[in-house]
Amino acid sequence: MDFNLFWSSLGPMLLGAIKGTIPLSLASFVLGLLIALIIAVMRISSNKLASGVGRAYVSIIRGTPLLVQLFVIFYGLPAIGVKLDPWPSAIIAFSLNVGGYAAEIIRAAILSVPRGQWEAGHMIGMSRNQTLLRIILPQAARVSVPPLSNTFISLVKDTSLASLILVTELFRVAQQVAAFSREFMLLYLEAALIYWVICLVLSTAQTRVEKRLDRYVAH
Amino acid sequence: MLPTDTEAVLQVRGLTKAFGSNTVLRGIDLVVPRGKVVALIGPSGSGKTTILRSLNGLEMPDAGKVTVGARDASTEQALTVDFGDAAASKKARAAEVAALRDRSAMVFQHYNLFPHKTVLQNVIEGPVQVQKRPRSEVVAEAEKLLARVGLADKRDAYPFELSGGQQQRVGIVRALALKPQLLLFDEPTSALDPELVDDVLAVIKELADEGWTMVIVTHELAFARQTADEVVFMDGGVVVERGPASQVLRNPKEERTQAFVRRLLHEI
Ligand SMILES: Nc1ncnc2c1ncn2[C@@H]1O[C@H](COP(=O)(O)OP(=O)(O)OP(=O)(O)O)[C@@H](O)[C@H]1O
Ligand SMILES: [Mg+2]
Repeated sequence: MDFNLFWSSLGPMLLGAIKGTIPLSLASFVLGLLIALIIAVMRISSNKLASGVGRAYVSIIRGTPLLVQLFVIFYGLPAIGVKLDPWPSAIIAFSLNVGGYAAEIIRAAILSVPRGQWEAGHMIGMSRNQTLLRIILPQAARVSVPPLSNTFISLVKDTSLASLILVTELFRVAQQVAAFSREFMLLYLEAALIYWVICLVLSTAQTRVEKRLDRYVAH
Repeated sequence: MLPTDTEAVLQVRGLTKAFGSNTVLRGIDLVVPRGKVVALIGPSGSGKTTILRSLNGLEMPDAGKVTVGARDASTEQALTVDFGDAAASKKARAAEVAALRDRSAMVFQHYNLFPHKTVLQNVIEGPVQVQKRPRSEVVAEAEKLLARVGLADKRDAYPFELSGGQQQRVGIVRALALKPQLLLFDEPTSALDPELVDDVLAVIKELADEGWTMVIVTHELAFARQTADEVVFMDGGVVVERGPASQVLRNPKEERTQAFVRRLLHEI
């Protein structure tokens, strides 16, 4: 093992994480949650069209590989005249993907809030939307923290796929250094180590947040 | 909040409701004069909860008329919803039901407090968010009401930090803060440990003495006898017997009422 290479490549890789992996994950997650919220609300809607569209969306996202989704957007869309740079392509693909998975989590969380909470909201005079927004979603949010954190952790790892559409993130830096130095084992293990540390930090944070939120959930 | 006249706050005529093939209410009539308390009793599954939920717009009856009177007859009119009138569009019906619901408030068997809100936030949510009343005024009223039920010091606690009896008292305060014409209680003490029941019943008794108009579903016959002006015994979706509490509970005329009262007394 070449420890000099380990240390000298650590800087660029961390930079790849800080300038690529982390912002890509954060941006995609935030946008993905927004999409998920819309899809989840569509899915529980009594409007058949809305719930049908929501169901189809989830089915397509979960039924096709993320890599294929990414390639359709980056390499496929130009065929119909939509040419996107690597970064926007990656953010769109990842947020659409997170949107599909997180929609199911949020929907399940909404359905897990006891029916009495809807009724209490109506009893004090709230409309369906008001009850959803002020009573149900805050409670659903607490229930969805653990599964959503898992989605986020998966997303962080999945962003390595963005290297395949030329986004400069952690794994692409590793690939570049490896191609140049031929030290594949060292550099890919080093990349793995950095992903692992990031995920460790995230799951520690997750445990803490869960403990704090646990108590406000209805019986 | 003392009764000034004896006009009916609630009038129910021919209320009917079926869940699929299961007909739960078969033409219920009910009149509650202002300031009076009606206790609804009857075996499990007889339709008591369904009546209350229909009055509060949580259940859509198939037929029947519900009228809730005005607080102040000089500025407001009594409001009638005719559920049998099929001509009303879905949207118009929803608006009617919402208006009806605004005049009553319900206390649930399982409290149904908002777990993510403090006691005070639970109480002021409706008045501030829905009724759009000034927050400072609502908070002051809420604090007074909480003090009345002995929970002044719990104003910033969360529901999970309270006993069942305390939670139900918050449930009652939440209903009162809406300033309804009519209070609906669905077995308000049946989810409580026995030693917590009396505090909650005492609060309800006080409200009765104060002149609130109430419909209470309860299995607490002693409480019903002390508090209710009228007891209505129902079974199988119909009213079997009704009358002054002393009569229905002590000397019921109908065989089914006799059997029910006897069974409940023996359980205790
Ligand atoms: N949402 C619903 N869907 C289908 N059936 C229902 C529904 N709600 C109530 N029922 C049925 O209606 C009947 C009356 O129920 P209800 O809750 O009004 O009775 P209750 O008198 O309050 O009984 P309990 O003393 O057990 O609370 C029961 O047979 C019940 O199974
Ligand atoms: Mg009931």
